[in-house]
Amino acid sequence: MDTTSYSLEWQDLTLWRGERCLQQGLKGKLASGQAITLKGPNGCGKTTLLRTLCGLSQPETGKVLWQGKQIHKIRNKFHAHLAYSGHNNGLKRDLSTRENLRFAARLRGRHTNQNELLNGLRLTACADLPVRNLSAGQQRRASLALILGSGAEFWVLDEPFTNLDRSGCEWLARRCNDHLGMGGLLLTAGHQDSLLNPERETIIELAGAN
Amino acid sequence: MLQAFQLVISRELQMAFRRWSDLALPVIFFMIVCMLFPLAVGQDQAILQKIGPGAIWVAALLATLLSLNTLYREDFDDGTLEQLALSTQPLTILLLAKTVAHWIVTELPLIAITPLLTLGFNLPAEGVYGLMLTLLAGTPALSLLGSVGAALTAGLHQASGLIALLLLPLTIPILIFGARAADLAASGQSIAGPLYLLGGLSVLALTLCPFATAAAVRVSLD
Repeated sequence: MDTTSYSLEWQDLTLWRGERCLQQGLKGKLASGQAITLKGPNGCGKTTLLRTLCGLSQPETGKVLWQGKQIHKIRNKFHAHLAYSGHNNGLKRDLSTRENLRFAARLRGRHTNQNELLNGLRLTACADLPVRNLSAGQQRRASLALILGSGAEFWVLDEPFTNLDRSGCEWLARRCNDHLGMGGLLLTAGHQDSLLNPERETIIELAGAN
Repeated sequence: MLQAFQLVISRELQMAFRRWSDLALPVIFFMIVCMLFPLAVGQDQAILQKIGPGAIWVAALLATLLSLNTLYREDFDDGTLEQLALSTQPLTILLLAKTVAHWIVTELPLIAITPLLTLGFNLPAEGVYGLMLTLLAGTPALSLLGSVGAALTAGLHQASGLIALLLLPLTIPILIFGARAADLAASGQSIAGPLYLLGGLSVLALTLCPFATAAAVRVSLD
């Protein structure tokens, strides 16, 4: 990871889901070494905000800036720094964890040391099984392996602690803190305590929809 | 970019060969529909010969539609479509690779078993050859158009019939030229004209559809 500092900024975002206005006038900023955790009741727009900040969803109004430029204008450059893990794990069920990781790495033009990652995630034993045969927690780990192996600076994790056991949560929090320590950016949404370094973490409470 | 294209194709093929049932479904459907015609129309060989090329073309079109439902649906559900959309490679190229893979695993087997099915219609040898040529020239356009429809309906779970309604009208030109050329071939005439037109339609689809597919996927993901 290089030492350039990065920043993501969003201004006056209005989020709609179908016929419902979820949030209005959101703004914020995330810089290298910082984490933002989104909290709030179900249906308040956490996932929609994450997807908007990745560029997957379009905001009704407002803009999202990466390094001061609108993300849809510098899409390829922005995506090179971005790793997103959503509710769906992003893994092909018919392929093994190893094959999924290899595909993701090659698509980014990288060679990742898979064994170290799989060891850390305690997935070595089932790395050659099709993902469909893994438990929900193991699938979540495999999906996190995609993020950890991506080499991206900006991690966006939607409820990363779901389905993880105690030690998995601690391990993930440690990796996230390391990532922040190396100048990474982290954006998560969740209901649990995130176990992140409190000095680096900002919690944004989204108000519930009325 | 070329590397990403190859990467996606090889992954799609790898997955297709792990799931024989999905691979075989359109082919079996195609065979059954083609066999229904001789059974329903009866043993009049002149009539069978006359309707043969057209019937096989319609069956190929329906078999393609059957296979399109799953083209992006699964990728949408497991989140890999999001990952492709967030990749540094152009989405147009990645989705074109998926479409090419779809053509290889669905349309190529259909074309390969066509000679077997023409036995039921008692088509002459040169007619079989012509029919396969027209399918080879026309089915890329079917796959490419189909991928636009599949991308538009990827997020709609209750609408598996919608894709057929969207696509069937658009495939009419391909069907007209394809069946016409196959007809000419069966009666021993030159098929160059309609065959070129079919090829032209496929090239046109190749230049326009990938962009439409990428745009449709982004809309579906929104």
